[in-house]
Amino acid sequence: MEKKELVCICCPLGCGLTAVIEDNGEVRISGNTCSRGGEYGKKEMTAPTRIVTTTVRIKGGTLPALSVKTKDGVPKDKITECISCLQEVETEAPVCVGDVIVEDIAGTGVSVVATKSIERYEEL
Amino acid sequence: MTVDIVIIGGGPAGLAAAIAAKEAGADHILILERDKELGGILNQCIHNGFGLHTFHEELTGPEYAERFIRKVKELQVPYMLETIVVSVGKDKTVTAMNREKGLFKIEAGAVILAMGCRERARGALNIPGYRPAGIYSAGTAQRYVNMEGRMPGKEVVILGSGDIGLIMARRMTLEGAKVKLVAEIMPYSGGLKRNIVQCLDDYGIPLKLNHTVIDIKGKERVESVTVAQVDENRKPVPGTEEEISCDTLLLSCGLIPENELSKEVGILMNPVTAGPVVNESLETSEAGIFACGNVLHVHDLVDYVSGEARTAGEKAAAYVKGKLPEPKGETVTVAAESGVRYTVPSKLEPARMEEEQVVRFRVDNIYRNAYIGVYFNDQCVKKIRRPMLAPGEMEQVKLRKADIEQYGGLQKITLKVES
Repeated sequence: MEKKELVCICCPLGCGLTAVIEDNGEVRISGNTCSRGGEYGKKEMTAPTRIVTTTVRIKGGTLPALSVKTKDGVPKDKITECISCLQEVETEAPVCVGDVIVEDIAGTGVSVVATKSIERYEEL
Repeated sequence: MTVDIVIIGGGPAGLAAAIAAKEAGADHILILERDKELGGILNQCIHNGFGLHTFHEELTGPEYAERFIRKVKELQVPYMLETIVVSVGKDKTVTAMNREKGLFKIEAGAVILAMGCRERARGALNIPGYRPAGIYSAGTAQRYVNMEGRMPGKEVVILGSGDIGLIMARRMTLEGAKVKLVAEIMPYSGGLKRNIVQCLDDYGIPLKLNHTVIDIKGKERVESVTVAQVDENRKPVPGTEEEISCDTLLLSCGLIPENELSKEVGILMNPVTAGPVVNESLETSEAGIFACGNVLHVHDLVDYVSGEARTAGEKAAAYVKGKLPEPKGETVTVAAESGVRYTVPSKLEPARMEEEQVVRFRVDNIYRNAYIGVYFNDQCVKKIRRPMLAPGEMEQVKLRKADIEQYGGLQKITLKVES
């Protein structure tokens, strides 16, 4: 049996959650004051994911950095790997918001998309 | 140049106000923006979590901005970039300048103030010590990292746990910096709970409440800062000092509405919000000059800025079309008492109200299992249960026009925190 303390982020209340993972893998959450808190706690204990937002370098644009995000959540323990992969990426302007910058980031199966449109510098 | 409505600022407030004014039938609108692009501070807020209320999805700052910018372009609302407003007159003449036109005047039927806010700087915090390089406001660092692709430093201490500071703690960590500590002078964080969890806890960054920076060392570049615990009067406790080596200090110590222009017009200001005093139409003490967004009061979520700016845009459009009823002077004061710090608006003219009026406010402390008491004159008319109230989160109550009209001789509405 494993026990972990969490803080629920579903609403400003910020309930302190206690998560217990039984030996058979079953997760029990206590301390939550609503059902959303229970679900949040279970997800955090079994498969926590985060949307990763960062920037990649961009050539020929009106700005040197292009903001990007993972289209879906990636496993929490993959965040650092996603970031280091994206630090190596350089793209070229123009880019439109929603354009896919990387198809499958760090083997997660999740694509990385631009969150901003950047025009080419000479087009201005 | 003559236009119906001049909007000062092309950030989230200015954009939403422009769209609403255009949709409400105002023809000649002009947005003046001092940056190179529209979108304001959203452009540097590349993290997600914006738009949950407006679009029911989690967008990043630039994506949220782009939706509004696209709409402004679709509606063909004119805007001028790299244009700074120098002054606003009581007659609603706006003096602005840019590189192409030099100094020029715009005669406007109505003005919407949407200049946003800026960060409290070191000078306003009275932190002793040297003045080396390496001290940034959190927002400046955010712009460097997210838009200009530069890192301000490698070993970071953050003073203040406002949302921008928390977001930057994570951002700098992901970009390879070591964030050693976030120090907060208050006994609670001014940031949103989810930012504490997802930006600090996720990365093991310590948050020390009741702590502040009392010294900065280093002549050319920051070499260390001294952090100490503070007592209940926010005075450093001797013997608790701890020197932390770092090359960068980020300040996330509050936001101040940018109201130099408003003050020069002679608009009545609210000392608590540092923004203009407004009525139900978000109109300032000068008829035809409206305010919305962070220049009015600092918001926690951009969704609320967009909603508020929508109202300002609609009301300004009604004003220029002569459809906003003249004030009759039958004003109801909206007052903040015991735990409620301020209200926006702070006065209402029932005849000019919509069916439902949103009153936004903040509280002065953390309250659990509390109530918001709504008083008409001295009579409690409503008690709204709130399991949790925190200074970092903006609150709102809705008042119904019918209730106000039915209540004879109403002079004052008071909001209070009650247990």
